[in-house]
Amino acid sequence: MTLLDIIIAIPALGCILALLIPRNQAQFSRLFTLAVSLVTFVASLGLVTGFDQKATGQQFVTNFVWIQNPEIHYHIGIDGLSLWLIMLATFLTPIAILISWNYIQDRAKEFYAFLLLLEFGLIGVFSAWDLFLFYVFWEVVLIPMYFLIGIWGHDRRIYAAVKFFLYTMVGSVLMLAAIIFLYTQAGTFDYVTVLDMLQSGRIALTHTEETLLFLAFFLAFAIKVPLFPLHTWLPDAHVEAPTAGSVMLASVMLKMGTYGLVRFCLPMFPGAARENAPWIATLAIIGIVYGALVAMVQPNMKKLVAYSSVSHLGFVVLGVFSFNQMGLDGAVYQMLNHGISTGALFVLVGFLYERKHSLAIKDYGGVATMAPWLSIVFMITTFASIGLPTLNNFVGEFLVLQGAAIRSISWAAFAGLGVILSACYMLWMYQRVFFGTVDGVEAPADAHGGHDDHAPAAHGHDAHGHDSHGHSMPDLSPREWACVVPLVVMMVWMGMYSQSFLPVISAENARILDSTRKSPISSNVKITPVTGGSANAR
Amino acid sequence: MLANFTPSASDVLRFLPETILITAGTLMMVLDPFLSASKPKFFGHLSILAFIAALFAAIAANGDPGFAYSNLLVVDGFATYFRILVITIGIFAVFSSYHYLDREKAETSEYHALLLFAVSGQCLMAASNDLIMIFIGLEISSIASYVLAGYLRHDKRNNEAALKYFLLGSFATGFLLYGVALVYGLTGSTKLNEVHTAIAAPGISLVMVSVAAALMIIGLGFKVSGAPFQMWAPDVYQGAPAPVSAFLATAPKAAAFAIFLRIFVTAFQPVASSWEPVLWVMALLSMTIGNFAALTQKNVKRMLGYSSIAHAGYILVAITSRSEIGTTAAMFYLAAYALMNIGAFAVVIHMAGKGETNVQIDDLAGLAKKQPLTAALLTVFILSLIGVPLTGGFFGKFYIFRAALESNLVWLAVLGLLNSAVAAYYYLRLLVVMYMHDPSEATEALEPLTPGLRVALVLPAIGTFILGILPGFVLNFARDAAGIGK
Repeated sequence: MTLLDIIIAIPALGCILALLIPRNQAQFSRLFTLAVSLVTFVASLGLVTGFDQKATGQQFVTNFVWIQNPEIHYHIGIDGLSLWLIMLATFLTPIAILISWNYIQDRAKEFYAFLLLLEFGLIGVFSAWDLFLFYVFWEVVLIPMYFLIGIWGHDRRIYAAVKFFLYTMVGSVLMLAAIIFLYTQAGTFDYVTVLDMLQSGRIALTHTEETLLFLAFFLAFAIKVPLFPLHTWLPDAHVEAPTAGSVMLASVMLKMGTYGLVRFCLPMFPGAARENAPWIATLAIIGIVYGALVAMVQPNMKKLVAYSSVSHLGFVVLGVFSFNQMGLDGAVYQMLNHGISTGALFVLVGFLYERKHSLAIKDYGGVATMAPWLSIVFMITTFASIGLPTLNNFVGEFLVLQGAAIRSISWAAFAGLGVILSACYMLWMYQRVFFGTVDGVEAPADAHGGHDDHAPAAHGHDAHGHDSHGHSMPDLSPREWACVVPLVVMMVWMGMYSQSFLPVISAENARILDSTRKSPISSNVKITPVTGGSANAR
Repeated sequence: MLANFTPSASDVLRFLPETILITAGTLMMVLDPFLSASKPKFFGHLSILAFIAALFAAIAANGDPGFAYSNLLVVDGFATYFRILVITIGIFAVFSSYHYLDREKAETSEYHALLLFAVSGQCLMAASNDLIMIFIGLEISSIASYVLAGYLRHDKRNNEAALKYFLLGSFATGFLLYGVALVYGLTGSTKLNEVHTAIAAPGISLVMVSVAAALMIIGLGFKVSGAPFQMWAPDVYQGAPAPVSAFLATAPKAAAFAIFLRIFVTAFQPVASSWEPVLWVMALLSMTIGNFAALTQKNVKRMLGYSSIAHAGYILVAITSRSEIGTTAAMFYLAAYALMNIGAFAVVIHMAGKGETNVQIDDLAGLAKKQPLTAALLTVFILSLIGVPLTGGFFGKFYIFRAALESNLVWLAVLGLLNSAVAAYYYLRLLVVMYMHDPSEATEALEPLTPGLRVALVLPAIGTFILGILPGFVLNFARDAAGIGK
């Protein structure tokens, strides 16, 4: 049993145990699930320290036969690509639990149990090396998120939850068809074997077959990313989800799609991927610009952040389909960056919502004077999100743009427009929410209330939490500090010292890129060893 | 020659499950006048005992496989698989009926006797090697089912359901019988293995064989509620008493698919290429009509009726693939389908209330708040019906579409899979009302789960997970048994 097994098992067991906690012990279930998620996180640090940077391929492998016939393996392992995504999941789950501490009162234990189930599924998705197993985890993730949105969401939660489920379902059934088709050709679900057979030409796909298979996988992933024009479920899901749901959805779940593109689409169907890259990149660029433009006119903060996700994820897809080291490194790094900075944005928007029970930008104003620390943290996050140098997104966006420019200067030019626009919408929102004054429509007492039981207490001793109109807003509480500090630290760390993260990603990306350059026919003719062959191949 | 009429020990053993069931059923009718008023639950207990005895008999009979009674019956893995399946369904039907019959103040003895007869007919169908035996088994099962569908004879809906079921059912049986007659005329035999040999031989009119096959497809299509012969299913499942609907949606369907497979994989195997396109269309129609019609339903029973048509479509996909993997897939799916449907109907029975007043989807509102366990169990069944991994429904569907793709039915597989995405929509509505709406009057006034229903909910839920996570045992059994016709 490897460490990875333990890290998958802890949230799964934690979820079952959490459901057994009596209903009236809500506080205990919070503490319990927080403890479980922290233990998972600490354990997952062992993946980083134990990860052998020199070695190529999977590490922490467990592989045994799960179902005899058809032979399905429980085959998990991690490489440079999945390592940080797993870390992202284990890092954000405790934060997601912590931000829901006061907000979730109804059916609390189920909420936290679903978060652990979600974590279990996410870690599984990023570590599965058997196509069937991957599909299982892929779908397992769907269930908790469906309930998180549908039960604990806002007004239109049911619509959003059902839309989310159905979009994902349509994409994933086609992927299932493709997976089964590959099985009928290869006789195995083991990804390494399937990949090997495809690359060595032992599975000879016709051009049409390859294109259709690529599209089946691609559609499932593109819906998840989401790539324009398949993105319409995302704003609904984000806006309606409770904060923790938005955070997990934006930060980790969307990465399932981009991870799938890099992990499966590129290596398995390099020909089709290259052939279709132009229009996919075009859609990505449209997504970047469109997402940014739509974000600019949003009156709702969460919707604004949601559309900014569409824009940011466009960068990731663009980087992936640039087919060069820079672009791919940037794309993968950008997955992590987006996870941290957009996650943080949703956390902070959630804090504002808990204070004022509104997501409308126009209901805010002058927050900076009432809650200065909150404003500073929000400012740092905003800067990170718009890609200010020294913060994380800069590194990723820069690499992606550079990669895109190598491929085509016009791609980079249009995508660069997205960076400029992101500064516009983010700073404009910041200005409207944190500066200026409130219109003064509401009575001050309305600022608190609902079921946020901590706010009035904080209000009592918060001397500077008043502006000239008598409005008040408490600043960050210790619990909230605990949520945002790790995020801010990561933003700075990933922005200042990307060397901590990038080398393992680059190594894996180089292998993936290398595999996409080999066409099956040529490798049949001249048997060249993999090592060192990538430099001169074009 | 006379010696032929004395059954050998093997004959008796191979026919033991049916013998036990029929004896128990008859015994109940005899005991009815003495015990019916004083001990209404006695008959339920007795029939569970009979079912369990029949289950062991079926397993014992499998230890001595072979033909029985002048090749009229055959006990093989295939027969045993379906015998075990229908008997298990019978057991769950009894468990889910205890409280229902009590609530509706209905006679128990006849009900359980009819259930036993129906299951005995289905066991017979599973083990038939002769078209006439198939017909007899089908009739035993059908007639008992017709009566069961109208069991609460003062209820209008019951009467409507029974009449519809009876008229259309007999019509279908007529078609089947025509087919049997044609086959006999063409081949001079009604034994499936002999028919197979005769059809494979040169010189036979393949057109007439195809006509016979077509007539049988019509007859069996009715019984499995495959489109375009599906019209009766929603009406009957809606009108019949809820536990009977649970039974009708699972056991007769499983048995009908058993003979479908047996006839078409053995007897008509030589003309397979001519019936494949027909089944292709039937499968697609069933999935599409079932799923799209279910989208707008408000009554849970009716919705499950349409969903059962769609599920019949999935199983027809497996049969269309004409391979052993396809047969295995159909067999596995029938087991998974039976479990999830019994479970879903058990919740309907639980919710329905006296006179089945609360069978609308909206009546489930807020169930998760009032009875989280019941809601969680129904969630398991719904996820399985949708086909979410780690449930039996998913693995069954996966296996069916694997069979289809291995037989190059790419389009059927893709359309079938897209269909299952459509289906997700109406199943999700149940989850939505249960978890995301405030409690309705029906859920507010809900009694706790009775022990019988608890059994009919918890065991199928466990079974659904076992079929989804560790399908090996059932799958291997089905695979070993799927080689019929060899």
